[in-house]
Amino acid sequence: MSGPPPGRIGARFEALAAQGRRGFIPYVTTGYPSLAHTRELVAGLAEGGADVIELGIPFSDPMADGPTIQRSSQGALDQGTTVDDVFDVLAELRRASDVPVVIFSYLNPVFSRGVETFVREAIEAGADGVLPTDLPLGADPELEAGLLESRLDLVRLAAPTTTPERVAQIARSSQGFVYYIARTGVTGARRELRGELAREVGAVRSVSSLPVAVGFGVSTAEHARAVGAAADAAVVGSALVDRLDEGGVAGALALARELREALDEVG
Amino acid sequence: MSGSPVQADRYGAYGGRYVPETLIPALDELAAAYAEALADPAFLAEVDHLSANYVGRPTPLYRARRFEAEAGVAPVYLKREDLNHTGAHKINNTVGQALLAGRMGKPRIIAETGAGQHGVATATACALFDLECVVYMGAEDIERQSLNVYRMELLGAEVRPVESGTRTLKDATNEALRDWVTNVRDTHYIIGSVVGPHPFPLIVRDFQAVIGREARRQIQAVEGRLPASVVACVGGGSNAMGMFHAFVGDEGVALIGVEAAGDGLGSGRSSAPLSEGRPGVLHGSLSYLLQDADGQIAPAHSVAAGLDYPGVGPEHSHLMDTGRARYVSVEDGAAERAFRALPGLEGIIPALETAHALAWVAEAGRRGEIEAPVAICLSGRGDKDVVHVSRLGDGGRGPESGGAGAGESQAGPGS
Repeated sequence: MSGPPPGRIGARFEALAAQGRRGFIPYVTTGYPSLAHTRELVAGLAEGGADVIELGIPFSDPMADGPTIQRSSQGALDQGTTVDDVFDVLAELRRASDVPVVIFSYLNPVFSRGVETFVREAIEAGADGVLPTDLPLGADPELEAGLLESRLDLVRLAAPTTTPERVAQIARSSQGFVYYIARTGVTGARRELRGELAREVGAVRSVSSLPVAVGFGVSTAEHARAVGAAADAAVVGSALVDRLDEGGVAGALALARELREALDEVG
Repeated sequence: MSGSPVQADRYGAYGGRYVPETLIPALDELAAAYAEALADPAFLAEVDHLSANYVGRPTPLYRARRFEAEAGVAPVYLKREDLNHTGAHKINNTVGQALLAGRMGKPRIIAETGAGQHGVATATACALFDLECVVYMGAEDIERQSLNVYRMELLGAEVRPVESGTRTLKDATNEALRDWVTNVRDTHYIIGSVVGPHPFPLIVRDFQAVIGREARRQIQAVEGRLPASVVACVGGGSNAMGMFHAFVGDEGVALIGVEAAGDGLGSGRSSAPLSEGRPGVLHGSLSYLLQDADGQIAPAHSVAAGLDYPGVGPEHSHLMDTGRARYVSVEDGAAERAFRALPGLEGIIPALETAHALAWVAEAGRRGEIEAPVAICLSGRGDKDVVHVSRLGDGGRGPESGGAGAGESQAGPGS
């Protein structure tokens, strides 16, 4: 199949595969606890081994998120964080780093701006992909086509409840990677990962040529190793936010290093 | 009952299923179960049986002569949904959805509630069918609707306070959706209005459409004609869709939805997305929304907890855009006056939500801006609001205030 050359996300996963390494994908709520913190944090993550950064647009009604990311989103909005701020943070990061960046958002901020405008501004700022958490496959074919045909990768999610036929469709239509949700539920740090995870991720990989990243509840080095044994990358969000609260940017970066090292023990 | 054979997931551009992937199979399952149920005479018969013998249908269509004299328009009929078991239209939907949950083998029910009427109606249906019941309710609403909290607990439901965001219906809905995402395999979400992802707006409207079917038949029996105006309050919009649906094909019947203007349109403290919002995505569907320039959902405000919601059902957005229905709004003060006026005129204490529809008809009647016969959906009883309104002070009470909806109340956008 001929197509455009792989973007930054595809190139990064190809490089990881060539090295036999697993990817580390930190999620950051832009503007929490302040834009200055976010700038320092993403710069540190880019230097400290993040393979893709999920840069989150805070939303007033994050219905797929647990208490931690609800808190960080509300905190960022209380600080007055806007979509423009998210693009500014990204543009500044882009001047210093080639790390692939996926914009994580609920649909309404994207929809409100107009998909075309959003895509253009995101690309100008240096984004590589977009991950709308409430735009499942088939929900809005016209809007989805606008994203699929853009230079941004549209990263799709699959869940433990998704039927095998639908997993295959999602895998075919996702771009960059497939995001596998580790459990039925909202985001948030957990003590344990589910035992069935490896089998479920294997099922996704069997129908997809794309890398598979696993998120939701991945919080510790042990989890990272377990995810790394089954999938191509681990997404970590709430645990980093919690660490940011406890230990500031330095604390969050320390956790990131731990997770990066844990993933490198797999392979 | 009868239902909608068509399972299209949109009303014009509005509606859809904008939800986390985890919920898609549950929505597919629900749509399939609903289609099967509609094709099953035993299901339809059971809904009809419970409507007649448990809910108390048909509800009366009552001519409100003293209200007419005040409002200067006649005849005005009140469709008495307040006389349903549990005191509002909400139970039409919860009994139907609880039966669906049983068909799907889901033993656990969750719901969101604003005024508490949907929570009470859900707790009631769960008691009836022996289902576990958890109701999410905003902490602010728990304060202003404490009677309904106690009712839900008596009925065996667990009421979980929601402290996030604006601590009202919007946030209770977020929390119910989070619960559903987490427990989707054994849990059915009985959503309380014609909102949320498909097929909820369709299912809730179908279960509520009995209101308009009865009203249409009843007014034809007494007046020998259809009403010229059909009026209902609109929060999420379930009593309004239930009332409107049977009349949508009757072109001569004006359909008028009354939103809550709160402190006034333009004040930043309203619950009137059709009057002053723009389309966006919240709680799984595309519809008019109160939101800021960045697409963040704006906090809603209304004295009526059941209308205090920044969104509205997608079918209402479609009915407005196509011009089939008209949407107006009424401020808190006018609604409170209507709440205080109707008991003395008709011996009926309306819910604060319903009082918005009464206030608009009274005001439009005085201005000569409404055509009779008028049919108003009296969506619920106001016992739950008595304590709250008494605490607001007695501004507007008494004959000198002019009764329902008088004074500086507004009759619609821009007035």
